[in-house]
Amino acid sequence: MSKMIRRTVLRGLFNGAAVTVGLPFLDCFLNNNGTALAANGSALPVCFGSWLQGLGFNPGMWVPEKIGAGYRNNIQLKLFDPIRDKINVYSGMKYFMDGRPHETHTSTYQICTTGAVFDSSPIGPSIDSKVADVIGTRTRFRSLDVALDGSRASWSRRSGASINPSEGMPAALYKRVFGPEFKDPNAAEFTPDTLVLAQRSALSAVTEQRQDLLKQVGASDRVRLDEFFTSVREIENQLEIELQKPAPTIGCKVPKAEEETTADAVIENIVANSKIMSKLISHAMACGQTRVFNVLSNSNNWRHGGSPYNWHSSTHEESVDAALGYQKVVFGFIQAANQIFADFITSLDQTTEGAGTLLDRTLVLWQTDHGDARTHSIEEIPIMTAGSGGGRLKTGIHVSAPGEPCTRVGLTVQQVLGVPLNSWGNRSNETTKTFSEIVV
Amino acid sequence: MKRRLLLSTILAIGGALTTFADARAEAGQAAAASDGAAVMRRLTPEQYANVIEEVFGPAIELGGRFEPDLRVDSLNEVGSGRVSMSATGMAQYYLMARSIASQALSEKSRKVMLPCAPASAQEPDDACAAQFLNHAGGLLFRRPLTESELSIYVKTAHEGAVTTKDFYTGLSLSLASVLSSPQFLYRQTTVASRPDHNGAYTLDAYAKATRLSFFLWNSMPDAALMAAAEKGELNSDKGVAKQISRMLSSPRLSEGVRAFFADMLQLDGLSTLAKDSVLYPKFDTIVARDAREQILRTITNHVVDNRGDYRDIFTARTTFLTQQLASVYQVPLVNDVPNGAADTWQPYTFAAGDPRVGILTQIAFVALNSQPGRSSPTLRGKALREVIMCQKVPAPPAEVKFDIVQDTSNPEYKTARARLTAHRANPVCAGCHKLMDPMGLGLENFDGSGAFRTKENETVIDTSGELDNVKFNNAVELGKVVRENPATASCVVDRMVAYGLGRPVTRTEMAWVDLVKRAFAKDGYKIPDLMQTIARSPEFFRSERRTTETQKASAN
Repeated sequence: MSKMIRRTVLRGLFNGAAVTVGLPFLDCFLNNNGTALAANGSALPVCFGSWLQGLGFNPGMWVPEKIGAGYRNNIQLKLFDPIRDKINVYSGMKYFMDGRPHETHTSTYQICTTGAVFDSSPIGPSIDSKVADVIGTRTRFRSLDVALDGSRASWSRRSGASINPSEGMPAALYKRVFGPEFKDPNAAEFTPDTLVLAQRSALSAVTEQRQDLLKQVGASDRVRLDEFFTSVREIENQLEIELQKPAPTIGCKVPKAEEETTADAVIENIVANSKIMSKLISHAMACGQTRVFNVLSNSNNWRHGGSPYNWHSSTHEESVDAALGYQKVVFGFIQAANQIFADFITSLDQTTEGAGTLLDRTLVLWQTDHGDARTHSIEEIPIMTAGSGGGRLKTGIHVSAPGEPCTRVGLTVQQVLGVPLNSWGNRSNETTKTFSEIVV
Repeated sequence: MKRRLLLSTILAIGGALTTFADARAEAGQAAAASDGAAVMRRLTPEQYANVIEEVFGPAIELGGRFEPDLRVDSLNEVGSGRVSMSATGMAQYYLMARSIASQALSEKSRKVMLPCAPASAQEPDDACAAQFLNHAGGLLFRRPLTESELSIYVKTAHEGAVTTKDFYTGLSLSLASVLSSPQFLYRQTTVASRPDHNGAYTLDAYAKATRLSFFLWNSMPDAALMAAAEKGELNSDKGVAKQISRMLSSPRLSEGVRAFFADMLQLDGLSTLAKDSVLYPKFDTIVARDAREQILRTITNHVVDNRGDYRDIFTARTTFLTQQLASVYQVPLVNDVPNGAADTWQPYTFAAGDPRVGILTQIAFVALNSQPGRSSPTLRGKALREVIMCQKVPAPPAEVKFDIVQDTSNPEYKTARARLTAHRANPVCAGCHKLMDPMGLGLENFDGSGAFRTKENETVIDTSGELDNVKFNNAVELGKVVRENPATASCVVDRMVAYGLGRPVTRTEMAWVDLVKRAFAKDGYKIPDLMQTIARSPEFFRSERRTTETQKASAN
């Protein structure tokens, strides 16, 4: 019945044909202090991003010298200096396997994305799904998920059975976000599309059968079917949003179409594609299309053209340079990946919205699978956050928590973003402690 | 609507196949227990494409990307019984549904597809919509629509026609909903209303037909199988056996066999396999695509067309090649087709004494199980253990140093054998590596792209090794050793059973699987006979627990 009511309402809306809304003045976005406000007077919405970069850092080369505010970056993180004040570095923490089989490069991604070490099947939800439940339900896309190596690999999941595939091609990402279905939030005129209205209505043919179908299946299939219908509802939601005049946004610049590029694991292509992906994610958030994103570097496969070794095999097979005291090739890969992350954060920070920037209202959680990838170490795991999530988290701080579970950072991030939970993780990875000293 | 036969090969939909990259993305190898209940399986990308082609014809373009498969217990087919659907994935399926529906009802094709014409093209016509939706829905759901289903879809067509002032757009929107419904996207496992004398439930006739056709043909039931379901013939063992015989003698059996081996040998990895273009200039996406086709042609020719012994695929010298493959294999392929196209497939027999013997020496095995820039005896040995022999090799432990292992610049370690010997000297590594490396070293004459070589870093490669205490000197002998190892024949049965059921076997089913293995050996290791044995077993249609609440109610 509720479906019918919703449809009637939509039709009512549509009977008005073209809805014309005057283009608001830029000043309307700002309050008297010059800080950014949304058109309706509330603060600009918070955004969240999860960034997974595999294979850790070179040991001894990244932990900042000083703990607390005003830390000094170590060699490996020097390139973050220009934006250091907006970045937190966390050191000393570890992943706990608790005697469970250690599937290298897999178990630890599982822990840092879901908090849990898995017993049999992979599980969920991942941290981005939980955050999107809170902040991502009113946008066209709950989240945008990309992989930097051209693949569709992903750790974003609602459950072990429902994994959000990544987009690996910049041109395809452009088309998805800024293709024909995109409505410029700052356009003067808005006309709801008849066909979208009809599509939205026709999809209830699927959802109306939910109860009947759930009755017909066993317990495990019921869970899967329920997830299926959740995903169908997300499409309904997306269509419904397309039928509404989008809220004007202050920093939205619609990017130009992207040409097809070669998207693979060769590092030159990764660097080039990452630049485009970064730009598209920034624009998508600035234009109100999503509030959540996932970036998976898929580091294992990165390689230089003409080399028989990729990043992963280099971590295991490259000798530690006697003079330098570290693995030279691996160091180069890490620097390249860090530069990509630094450039991304910088591009968020250069997207200005009134007196603030897109980075100011965003919180990015950077995590990795191993401390020292060379030995598959699960201790001394580097973690970073960038941005304050709209002033919710203090920044420019080095947090040291030796021997503590990495999940403390994940819990802190989720709590400040409004995810209602008091503890996160399982077994020894379970924690109830946040880093309250950095919470505003 | 005219029912079409699936005649095309998997290659014809290759365009769609190359898009669902990274199927083995991650974490797909989870152990999966089963309670013996039948599970709904999501159509795999190939099955989806096969069904759409069969119902709407080969001209339809899918226009979207599938959610990647999930490999569970070594099989995507088992993973298909575990996956639900992500929001991103659903968006893609919905996009495809809309695209397919609008193509099927485009001005050009509606005359063929529609059994009727609407009274007015601008208004709803429930009778005509019902006629179309009932027929198309029945095919797509692989069973007759229920009254309630039909009325929902007709109502949807009606409302769509009113909103858009176009009958065909309304009908197309409704068809898109049919194509976005779980009844289409998942193979349902409705059970018959009463348990059998053991208290177990059996699939109903339509679910049986679906299970049979996807198992044997990798596609939907044909008209004869649906008719058998409708007439109740599938409720008897005899009726089922009759259909199985018919299906096994159909040319479509090859499609089913190909789908099984593509899954078992994890050939989806070839669609994203990249090799370094400087080190392996001949290896490109065409070679990867052809390598997939080569191994599948070799196997189906051997086990289906020639009804050969399964184990002979590890020792056979006969195969099929294209010019591109011949170039990597460094053999002359005489193209005797007049003005023959470059991708023409030709049978080819490697000469006696040639090291290319059996599927393990094919690009689809040696290049797939290599690094982008070099060979890997460890990966190959691991694949041999896990993929061909169904044995699980443990993951490497944490806190281990590897760096001496494969330092090619170290003058002491010029060949993989020398590097790996250092590896196996480390007691922490040795336990597992001795399970993999000695087998993989037998294939070291094939580099990371699958090309033949005799030297690595100017040092002659030694290809001797051993497998479960049986020694061999080279790849040819390795093939023989693999052929004779009992795990090889046993493995294909284990995989075939899990593939057919879409889930791991339960403890109680193990005795049955042993019987199947004995029958397989007795019948001379024939794959079609194995499929018949499995499909004819009552276990094939059994669901240990009730799958529906309504059935629970009626049983009580």
